[in-house]
Amino acid sequence: MGSIFQIILQRLALGLVTLLVVSMVIFVAVNALPGDFAQAILGQGATEEAVTQIRADLGLDQNYFLRYFGWLGNVLTGNLGISFAQMNFASNMGGDQLVGVAEQIMPRFRATMFLAGVTAMIAVPISITLGILAALYRNSLFDRAVNIATLSSISSPEFFLAYILILVLAVLNPVFPSLSNVYDGMPLGEKLNRTMLPALTLTLVVTAHMMRMTRAAIINLLASPYIEMARLKGISPMRVIVRHALPNALAPIINVIALNLAYLITGVVVVEVVFVYPGIGQLFVDSVKIRDIPVVQACCLIFAAAYILLNLMADILSILSNPRLRHPK
Amino acid sequence: MSQLNRRGLLKTGVAAGVIAATGLPARSAATRGGTLRLGLNGANTSDSFDGRTHSDAFMINMGHGTVFDCLTEVTAAGELIGELAVSWEASADAKIWTFNLRKGVTFHNGKSFGADDVIESLGMHTAEGAKSAAKPIVSAITEMKKMSEHQIQFTLAAGNADFPFLLSDYHILMYPAGMVDEAIAKGIGTGLYKVVSFDPGVRCVVARVDSHYKDGRAGWFDGIEAIAINDASARMNALMTGQVDAVNRVDVKTEPLLRANPNINIFEVTGNQHFTFPMLTDQAPFDDINVRKALKYGINRQEMVDKILQGHGKVGNDHPIGPANQYFASDIPQIELDIDKAKFYMKAAGLTELNVDLNVSDAAFNGATDAAQLYQASAKGAGININVNQEPADGYWSNVWLVKGLVCFLLVWSCNRRLDVLNRI
Repeated sequence: MGSIFQIILQRLALGLVTLLVVSMVIFVAVNALPGDFAQAILGQGATEEAVTQIRADLGLDQNYFLRYFGWLGNVLTGNLGISFAQMNFASNMGGDQLVGVAEQIMPRFRATMFLAGVTAMIAVPISITLGILAALYRNSLFDRAVNIATLSSISSPEFFLAYILILVLAVLNPVFPSLSNVYDGMPLGEKLNRTMLPALTLTLVVTAHMMRMTRAAIINLLASPYIEMARLKGISPMRVIVRHALPNALAPIINVIALNLAYLITGVVVVEVVFVYPGIGQLFVDSVKIRDIPVVQACCLIFAAAYILLNLMADILSILSNPRLRHPK
Repeated sequence: MSQLNRRGLLKTGVAAGVIAATGLPARSAATRGGTLRLGLNGANTSDSFDGRTHSDAFMINMGHGTVFDCLTEVTAAGELIGELAVSWEASADAKIWTFNLRKGVTFHNGKSFGADDVIESLGMHTAEGAKSAAKPIVSAITEMKKMSEHQIQFTLAAGNADFPFLLSDYHILMYPAGMVDEAIAKGIGTGLYKVVSFDPGVRCVVARVDSHYKDGRAGWFDGIEAIAINDASARMNALMTGQVDAVNRVDVKTEPLLRANPNINIFEVTGNQHFTFPMLTDQAPFDDINVRKALKYGINRQEMVDKILQGHGKVGNDHPIGPANQYFASDIPQIELDIDKAKFYMKAAGLTELNVDLNVSDAAFNGATDAAQLYQASAKGAGININVNQEPADGYWSNVWLVKGLVCFLLVWSCNRRLDVLNRI
């Protein structure tokens, strides 16, 4: 087992390097966009004088290196900083009432995690079940129907799926509310009810990938000699797949699930906007619009960290599920 | 400073529209009750109850519209009436103004309202280092004198007959003296509604105070829940599915669909917003008045009203005073598309052909690019070749506006501002 911890440590260290590179890329990219915070916030009232004043207040007049490493130093000491929008009016408030980026992001991040959790609880069992059934009845009418349905849902743009669901489940048959404005302190039942439409939209988006991977991984194994042996023993096809094939097919399935979970955290921007879900994606878009670099950077770090950690988890789980990898020669 | 002033006023027109729609006076023996659910745009995570920072519909509506009051108020009919002031009078040169304040008004925390609150609330805008869009208005006051607990005298740097109008500005909210920071953090005002919960950029819930000086003329709901819906189609969806009772900024493109729904009423208010194609008259070729006249006669204005605004507007006449303004003159002859006249002025300018760039972006107004293409088509007959240059919305105001010769621009201001304000813009 010692080797697993070694792998975890190695991967975590690599992850930190990745985060550093991501933060640099984001910093350069945001700075390469036309306009900066001062111009974005002043709009058509952007006089030379007012822009210079705001830039000086926020330290935007310093050179890129000083700003980047200043920010990096703060992050390493656990301080994500204060958003430009807050700092811009700091002189109005005496400074002690400012909300830091971390506090600003926290409730949004919780909301996004909640949506991701609800979606995963719906999507993962459905897609694995569908995948197993499709493998069992492969090339049957059922297999084709499931494939066509999931492939068409993954091929449609998210907002299109979202509007179709709104039309069917909110306008024509008012089952779920079209507005997902959840907030802290809302009863769980109500929260689930309001989260249902965005969760279903995301389910439609991620199911195909996981379902097809399950199906392919299992079918791949069905040609192996040990499956043939099991079949010759007279075991039912369902049992062959669930008891004999599935455990060996877990590694690729886990990988795909982890990738899709990461997508549920980082890829929800469009869905959040359509359903007015107060998650991190909306905050991210709003912040990019006004070039609020501290918030953008913090959001990106969270997105990148989610990807790295989920991938790490997938690798560890696939090692654990495979005795050959667990005991390398 | 004049720039800040313009910006402040630009947004006022928006506020007036929203409040007119939500604070509609009772038609017949209204009774109080119910919760109003609003879907509003213009919300940000950085929102607060600091009136100096308010710039978009959500906070204007919740700050100025429900939780806080100003000294004066403009009614739905466009008249100026007292809000926290009951009456005012000016010296003959309109430099010294005496305001009598309303008695018996209390803030939501129980503190009673008086002259000190006015002095401190106005002082917020001119404090050292403070950023406020209302600074140009307040900095015109050279002295504020407390005459008694409920009387205050302002001395202005220069006479201004419209000073009481300016005090109805949505930035100039009244806060309790000595606890302004707390009032901003918690939302403690004198308005009809007190804050129950406020989640910046997400939602704001307010509840009616038990008794208020506006009883009988406003505040018919027991509570209001404002939900931030910045996305236009999400806002329309929420209204269609009954998730909210009212929304602002109806998209003209989907307006016919909303109108087809028998459960939805659309209130249309004539405002002073207008869409323009300004030219920099100190740049060639626009420094020649004949070129400018040729360009003016080359626009098919009615077509733009029909196609860009879907009929929700009126043709303009190259001046900023619209029909909602009290100084609107209906006897000025309307400039219309007239290719012969355009050609005549082209000749007067010594030109047979004119090539100009029109730098547009939908950052200026929705449909600006389409409008530019209509202009391109209508002006062609007069030998005016308009090259429509589509600029990115990002950085439009810094890279194009006031830099390139011919651009598009949206002007908004409150229909109740007097000409004085207009001149200063």
